[in-house]
Amino acid sequence: MVNPEIQGRVYPPTAPYLVGREKVREFARAVLSTSPLHLDPEAARAAGYADVVAPPTFAVVVQEATLAQLLADEAAGVDFSRVVHGDQRFTYTRPIVAGDELTATLTIAAVKQLGGHSMVTASSEIVDADGAHVVTAISTLVVRAAEEEQA
Amino acid sequence: MSTPVFAELSVGEVVAERELLATRDRLVRYAGASGDFNPIHYRDDVALSVGLPGVLAHGMFTMGAAGSVVTDWLGAAGRVVDYQSRFTRPVPVDADAGAVITVTATVGAIDATLRTARLDLKVVFDGATVLGKAQLAVAFE
Repeated sequence: MVNPEIQGRVYPPTAPYLVGREKVREFARAVLSTSPLHLDPEAARAAGYADVVAPPTFAVVVQEATLAQLLADEAAGVDFSRVVHGDQRFTYTRPIVAGDELTATLTIAAVKQLGGHSMVTASSEIVDADGAHVVTAISTLVVRAAEEEQA
Repeated sequence: MSTPVFAELSVGEVVAERELLATRDRLVRYAGASGDFNPIHYRDDVALSVGLPGVLAHGMFTMGAAGSVVTDWLGAAGRVVDYQSRFTRPVPVDADAGAVITVTATVGAIDATLRTARLDLKVVFDGATVLGKAQLAVAFE
């Protein structure tokens, strides 16, 4: 069972993540995108962006470092082999573009118990090098009960 | 495909529709691009050992690819300000045939003052919806 006392916990900001143009292209191709905004810097510039624009789910790459903090926190008691992704949300102030240096801060928004399972809502606030908000990524992780916990 | 025009959108209109093919090769590419190397997305033996029917697509692969259907349609006409989804049903990806996922994007709501539109995605595999409440909010220029 996940420790309910981690609700409200705020973890230290992650190391800055530099968004590379080729990483954006690689991610865009991996999600089967053909939009030139994700692939072609000239098309992105023509649309008013400094460089290629990351697809809307790209923030998961930066968020991952915050979820690693949660999994590494022994006091939290999250067993990764029992984790199922329940839901995901990204709320953007502006799109991520290549060249951004992003830092993420994880807050445990909620821990709920449901029939032996734990539902952890993890909110990662991602800011740029100036500290300006770019996107908040919110995941609900469902941690399935171990067999001995299922009554 | 022509560039979408905000004033011409209407609630209930289907703006984009696409069949996506998830293959093992594509899951491996997504694992590399995203950094999610959970072996249930590329190893049958591991998937079976934890009680799954076989290798499953990452929920985030399906969410990301479904989002591409909208961003390919949107082009430079606007930007995504919010994207959410629930992962309601797994997508097993057959080693030979892969998995065909159908995505339909419909205009769910329009805010003429803010120049935003909500797009509702219906994402179906094998006759069943696999993403719940999959919605993108798009701000037009």
